[in-house]
Amino acid sequence: MQLLLKYRTQAFLLLALLVSFVVSQASDNIDGYVLQIMLVAGINIILAVSLNLVNGHTGQFSLGHAGFMGVGAYMSAAVSVEMGPSILGLLGGPSTLSHGVTFVIALLVGGLCAAVCGWMVGVPSLRLRGDYLAIVTLGFNEIIRVVFQNTSSSGPFGGALGMRGIPDYSTFFWVFGIAAICIYVVASMVNSTYGRGFLAVRDDEVASESMGVNTVRYKVVAFVLGAFFAGLAGGLYAHLFGAIDPKGFGFLKSVDIIIMVILGGMGSTLGVVVAAIGLTTLNEQLRDAEKFRMIVFSILLIVMMIVRPQGLLPVTFEKKRRKSA
Amino acid sequence: MDQFVQQLLNGLFLGAIYALIALGYTMVYGVLRFINFAHGDVFMLGAFGGLYVHKALAPLLNALPWPLALAVVMLASMAICAALGIAIEYFAYRPLRNRPRLNVLITAIGVSLFIEYTGQLVFGATQQPFPAIIPRQNISGLGGLTVTMTQVIVVVVTTALLIGLRYIVMRTRLGLAMRALSLNPTAAALMGVNTSVVISFTFGLGSALAAAGGILYASLYPSVDPFMGIQPGIKAFVAAVLGGIGNIPGAALGGMIIGVVETLVTGYSQKLGIPSGYKEGVAFIILILILLFKPSGLLGKVEREKV
Repeated sequence: MQLLLKYRTQAFLLLALLVSFVVSQASDNIDGYVLQIMLVAGINIILAVSLNLVNGHTGQFSLGHAGFMGVGAYMSAAVSVEMGPSILGLLGGPSTLSHGVTFVIALLVGGLCAAVCGWMVGVPSLRLRGDYLAIVTLGFNEIIRVVFQNTSSSGPFGGALGMRGIPDYSTFFWVFGIAAICIYVVASMVNSTYGRGFLAVRDDEVASESMGVNTVRYKVVAFVLGAFFAGLAGGLYAHLFGAIDPKGFGFLKSVDIIIMVILGGMGSTLGVVVAAIGLTTLNEQLRDAEKFRMIVFSILLIVMMIVRPQGLLPVTFEKKRRKSA
Repeated sequence: MDQFVQQLLNGLFLGAIYALIALGYTMVYGVLRFINFAHGDVFMLGAFGGLYVHKALAPLLNALPWPLALAVVMLASMAICAALGIAIEYFAYRPLRNRPRLNVLITAIGVSLFIEYTGQLVFGATQQPFPAIIPRQNISGLGGLTVTMTQVIVVVVTTALLIGLRYIVMRTRLGLAMRALSLNPTAAALMGVNTSVVISFTFGLGSALAAAGGILYASLYPSVDPFMGIQPGIKAFVAAVLGGIGNIPGAALGGMIIGVVETLVTGYSQKLGIPSGYKEGVAFIILILILLFKPSGLLGKVEREKV
């Protein structure tokens, strides 16, 4: 029992992986439409939790999360479309195992490319704070979109038309398995001794630096890790819908993710997960009223900031602090 | 060579409009220290304001000589947008005063999206032609260079507005209050400056300039749509940072530079071997470079962060 308590986060992770595997086996019994929404919600959980590491825990306001997602989506799709057949051939033709291996390789390549981009954004942005950082990350997001948009339409990335015919590898197991890993990594990192540094950077950068916290390294770690998971989410997204185009990874997608983080409460993993699920469902409800969707979301954003800037489910230990930042 | 001078001129005309929008960013930053994300959308509303005022007053305006008609349309749209700017500040930003700046930034993004999508609902998502208030004719004679009447008007109006703005900021009591507020808000308030009034006034002034910019832009590229403010808004913001945010002459200079660079990149993209689609990224690359190497901008002064 004591052992179980000590390793309870690990136990939760294993349980989550097991549950997602079991549900995945039974996913043929779930209505296709409902399953699709669940998968999108899962991808949004990964995006929101990873952005929360940067925006919520570390307090660095990034407006470019969709850019990292786009890099992951494009790179992983390129791997499974261009190199997929040869990998499958090496592993003795199409089978569950060889598809799985191809997908893992594709996702990792996507995630790592996104992480490299995260590093490239993170390092030069360290000198910037607050709104400047927000604008620069928005700029990186736009640059990534413009680069993909201006690739040759006959090349692997398909220019403005995007990519089609990406194999549909994303199953319930992959989406929620990775979501569980993402939550586990972010939560256990932030709650560890090491991770207090993220919160210190958020609460007072100058003070934490003078107390010996390596603020530069924490910020880079947050950016790289956040980008890596965003890249994985992008890979899952590409292999869920089978088609991607540069417009899907623009500023508006970043805003969608930010709304989830803000609604859930910056720095609250549970709140962000709940918000990701809630907003995905709300999004589906508003599909018939596409015109009003963004109006509703923008009003939500403004009202939240005025009435409840800490989010719907704020972090509880916030109360203990002497004064709010 | 001729082509180069022509591109340079076109860039300056475009830059003049960016300068008008950049002034709004820089003034609001000066008094409130935050980036008004929704400023580009006020610019869009200015263009639509011009379109609808022109539609509503068409019989009257057709009877007037065109410079007078332009003045009527422009002043009406500027007044409407000034009121809207003040309203935005009053309802969205004022409740957040003294809150963390990030919260205000998020609100500003919300306001921006709200204006864009409400605009899409009200005006329709498609592009609409902008009436030719300024006659579309070429003025030639400068040795093979082409300059249109619209471009001349852009420069005239921009110059007039810049002089007017300089007068307001440097010679009036409200301008003095604005400068005091940007220097030190607490001290200004202690000296009896009514900060709320000054902030409202700044928003109104900036929005009016953006509206003028919107009409000029819509005359230069004769169509309007609800999302037309995003790109010019971002470029003008970059212009404000380039010139040194909070610095009024800097914003004008930055606008000119951004306009010229963008036009040159577009004009020479084939020779340089880069797709012309990359021009959307140019502004951001400039922005990132300035923020990394000279964050205070060309004319701005360095601010030390105090603990």
